Amino acid sequence: MFDLDSYHKASTVEEAIALLAQNPQAIPIAGGTDVLVRLHQGHPDYRHLVDIHDVAELKSISMEPDGSIVIGSGVTFTDLMEARIITTHIPVLAEGASWVGGPQVRNMATVGGNISNGAPSADSAAPLLVLNAAVVLKGPQGTRQMPLHEFYQGPGRVDLQQAEIMTALRIAPDDYQCWFASYYKYAMRDAMDIATIGCAAACKLEGNRVSELRLAYTVAGPTPLRCWKTEEKARGAVADQALLQIVGTSVLNDLRPRESWRSPKAFREQIIKTLAERVLQKTLNQGGVSIS
Amino acid sequence: MIQNISCKINSKPVTLRVDVRQSLLEVLREHGYTSVKEGCGSGECGACTVLVDDVPLDSCLYLAVWVDGRSIRTAEGETRQGKLSEVQQAYLDSGAVQCGFCTPGLIMTSTAFVEKHKGKDKISRAEIRRAHAGNLCRCTGYESIIRAVEQCLAGAEDRDTYDECRLMKDE
Repeated sequence: MFDLDSYHKASTVEEAIALLAQNPQAIPIAGGTDVLVRLHQGHPDYRHLVDIHDVAELKSISMEPDGSIVIGSGVTFTDLMEARIITTHIPVLAEGASWVGGPQVRNMATVGGNISNGAPSADSAAPLLVLNAAVVLKGPQGTRQMPLHEFYQGPGRVDLQQAEIMTALRIAPDDYQCWFASYYKYAMRDAMDIATIGCAAACKLEGNRVSELRLAYTVAGPTPLRCWKTEEKARGAVADQALLQIVGTSVLNDLRPRESWRSPKAFREQIIKTLAERVLQKTLNQGGVSIS
Repeated sequence: MIQNISCKINSKPVTLRVDVRQSLLEVLREHGYTSVKEGCGSGECGACTVLVDDVPLDSCLYLAVWVDGRSIRTAEGETRQGKLSEVQQAYLDSGAVQCGFCTPGLIMTSTAFVEKHKGKDKISRAEIRRAHAGNLCRCTGYESIIRAVEQCLAGAEDRDTYDECRLMKDE
């Protein structure tokens, strides 16, 4: 039996916010694949739960009239892999989702949890960062929205105020229409593993020029990170071998990989550099530009 | 923290008194569904896999209260009137059972996969392997399990040819 001190089930977002406001120690539980693992380990910080597992309004994926894609925070990774809106318009997110844990975990775990727990290794984070996703937060003070990269504050820390929950991720049409994007997860095993390094790239092309590049990494710093300096360097550059090299050399200036039992720092740096080149090349290929 | 929930277990409607702190794994075992095994207790081994509304998930990381109004399937329920399900029979045929601890969980993963993909053209071994990546087996080396799933997907017509091929290979 899990060691809980309090448990309240919410059936709407409003109710969840009210329950969280009543008990400052309480945290939301959605898919349960993080919270219940922590409780299984006897972690004391998870003993007051507000259950949002069955809040229907968090489980939809929709497209608004202006083309914005809105993904409810309670959507599972399997949903992301199979939903037509995702596989048609932002397949890079379906790709990221497909590398999370194993099938059972993907059937339970939610994208909102993956982002809200602030894990530097979140598989959905790199694709969402290059899609310039915004997080939608709801709390006692109302609704607010911010870019995902601002939501991350540190390892395990995100900008969630007391009694606030993430209700959705939103991707604007300008952030996916006419963009090409891809993701690669480097891990020791093909499943049931945490990334050693994850890398996503997105680019817009004008002929053989990269008019815009976005590059994001997981496990390459205290939070998932965008590579702002490198993106700036690539803007307007001709897509050639030289560009791959510039990106590969520059990218470490944007990141802060560390040593862990999973991998030495030097190995992470090597993978970061290699993936910058390979993932960018793969993305360019999608746009019909091949570099030999 | 006691609640009453209603659900179906292996097609049988039941009302259960559960503690909100209990996992589905604990509740199922308490009620005699001991095919559901606790391995790691943290969603890594898949020994506790059951189907909830035909979707495989780890019952150790699933609160029992979440099955209220839903249908659960465990390996016990796959055998009907003493007759093994197609997947169970295929496991037997291809020697996919050794110590047996992982088997009920794997059977449920395979069952969901076969039901979802039966009749589709050409399912690759890689797809089968990826779909079973959430279940650990330390005995078989997985090969016999993959063969069992292939046997089910091949369907009755291809099975004779399949068995012949296997016999030839064995010889």
